[in-house]
Amino acid sequence: MSDSLPVLRSDGRGHADRAAAFLRDEPHAHWHDQAVWFVRAKRDRAASAVPEWERLREVASRIKAHTQARLADYLEEFERKATAAGATVHWARDADEHNAIVHRILSERGVTRLVKSKSMLTEECHLNPYLEARGIEVTDTDLGERIVQLAKEPPSHIVMPAIHKKKEEIGDLFHEKLGTPEGLSDPTRLTEAARAHLRERFMAAQAGLTGVNFAVAETGGFVVCTNEGNADMGTSLPPIHVACMGVEKIIPRLEDLAVFLRLLARSATGQPCTSYTTHFLGPMRGGELHIVVVDNGRSALLAREQYRRALHCIRCAACMNTCPVYRRSGGYSYTYTIPGPIGIVLATARGVDGHASLPFASSLCGSCDDVCPVKIPLHEEILTGRRDLAERGLQPMSKRLGMRLAALVLRVKLLYLAAGATARFLGRNLPRGVLYARWNPWGRQRELPPMPRETFRQLYRKERRPRV
Amino acid sequence: MKVALFIPCYVDQLYPQVGLATVRVLEKLGVDVVYPEDQTCCGQPMANAGFASDAAPLARRFLEVFGGFEHVVCPSGSCASMVRNHYDALIPGAPGLEAVKRATYELCEFITDVLKIGRIAGRFPRKVGLHQSCHGLRELRLGSSSERLEAPYSKVASLLSSLEGIELVPLARVDECCGFGGTFAVVEEAVSCMMGRDRLADHVKAGAEIVTGTDVSCLMHMDGLARRAKAPLAFRHVAEVLAEAMP
Repeated sequence: MSDSLPVLRSDGRGHADRAAAFLRDEPHAHWHDQAVWFVRAKRDRAASAVPEWERLREVASRIKAHTQARLADYLEEFERKATAAGATVHWARDADEHNAIVHRILSERGVTRLVKSKSMLTEECHLNPYLEARGIEVTDTDLGERIVQLAKEPPSHIVMPAIHKKKEEIGDLFHEKLGTPEGLSDPTRLTEAARAHLRERFMAAQAGLTGVNFAVAETGGFVVCTNEGNADMGTSLPPIHVACMGVEKIIPRLEDLAVFLRLLARSATGQPCTSYTTHFLGPMRGGELHIVVVDNGRSALLAREQYRRALHCIRCAACMNTCPVYRRSGGYSYTYTIPGPIGIVLATARGVDGHASLPFASSLCGSCDDVCPVKIPLHEEILTGRRDLAERGLQPMSKRLGMRLAALVLRVKLLYLAAGATARFLGRNLPRGVLYARWNPWGRQRELPPMPRETFRQLYRKERRPRV
Repeated sequence: MKVALFIPCYVDQLYPQVGLATVRVLEKLGVDVVYPEDQTCCGQPMANAGFASDAAPLARRFLEVFGGFEHVVCPSGSCASMVRNHYDALIPGAPGLEAVKRATYELCEFITDVLKIGRIAGRFPRKVGLHQSCHGLRELRLGSSSERLEAPYSKVASLLSSLEGIELVPLARVDECCGFGGTFAVVEEAVSCMMGRDRLADHVKAGAEIVTGTDVSCLMHMDGLARRAKAPLAFRHVAEVLAEAMP
């Protein structure tokens, strides 16, 4: 990311239009809202079982802030300890370097079949198409990821990548791709079919790639959390394990895991812990472990005080699940790999290019701030994104002029009173066809507010007039 | 005790009865009310859209109008929060800002925390749904939010439930946003309206006859949707409910 003004690439029709398209199928939108809200409600129940929940959030936030202030030291400590344990640590400045490193590791060892567990970082770097273009077959092994991979779609949610799909759609997809019986939509039988299919891929794989949930500086080890055990399958069968992590995944001590692991699964899915929490330290006997540590804009984010705390994120997706806008617009209405409130912040903090409508895809309700297990002030940072756009002159001219004019009118009492009186007069007297014409987005689905003859200040003055 | 009334611009223009109800409630509680006539708007519309430099002169104007009052009371959580939580970003370190921030209260908060009145003598025998507007809830902490694990409380619900005969109906989603969100209501019209309709459905299902809250902006949005859909709901600002209930 550079500080120079970006050339503003359009984000197409903008979030609002994509959301409106999502909402055209209203029953599906309601289903999506309720499916995602269900996870938020599960999170509430799980969190309420932990009496010190709010204290855990505070401690987690402080650990993250502390770590970021000494990030380089902790990363170097991690490298030393991981290397001592037998791993090879690679450093990638950006997505291109990351992809090239992973490809080199695989191609030098003749790997043509790779199994992957979930990693938002590799989504961010667009690793799959990079490897596929170079002759490596990549199989995403998380069930949700495999579903969207088969459908040739990106994930629409970072924890539940296929949450936008109903079981019937998945049945049709599996019928086409995996040969399940036509019309089969029973989740258990579909999962069994996926399991059998993935088992073949695991057996044939020559290398396994995972993400990293937490990397521990003092040990050089790291932790991967899954519910399906797919990371364990992918790293136990083939001899080569490539683990990709953003620099912000580092935590100082093993005991800090006691804070983060208690927060992560409860916030993400409402489980007390994930089914599998696997600790890796060095390669398996006779195997290789490569850890690719990626910056890709993170240190630039760290340098910007107003966005810095977005780097606390542990990718639990609780902000998505609670966001009333995400639930009603779906992951694809956002233009960044990560949707929802944290995605808005990460996208705009990196550069508004191509994401100019995202900071406005929020009612600023603040629910995300309160649900976030590491206390990122998300709605404040979304507002900062709007401010950045305005300061760099990247908001639409009509809006800039409108706001400038409104501010001028509101600054002069007589203008304010005249404008108010005129608007109310027109509101009372214009024919309905004019008031509710296309220019008025308020009135498409809503009635306008009352247009009273007198303002509060007029009525107040009348009341106060001393009676004779 | 003397308070300066801070009446948000859209209340002055569109909902004068809410301002009058605020005056009535405060006076019935024994407070002297003055209305500084030079006030216009706190600058929230510009600030929330990102136009800090357009909002800053309005923030400075607000300090000129309200500086020197010991208490400033506003029938809107969102506008009160603008002053308390967002002026720092607009006019950092401005002389008098800290004093005005300390003086500014949302109405129910003022009654509860400054007047130290926990119960309102009055009668309101209706089924009421409470809409917890987001900025009042999560920026002013007028109540506990459903996301945080803390002992539940609500300054607004406490005052309302002290009224004789009132029934506060239980909602499925106790503090979900209604989708007003200022310019969000028109910029993201489709999502905004679905959010609002979902709130209406929750209130109707819970058996509410009247929906109340601390912010007329949210109520204006939901009322607009309800009237279009001919939903059997009425909307009253919490000041109107209290004023009507108090003898």
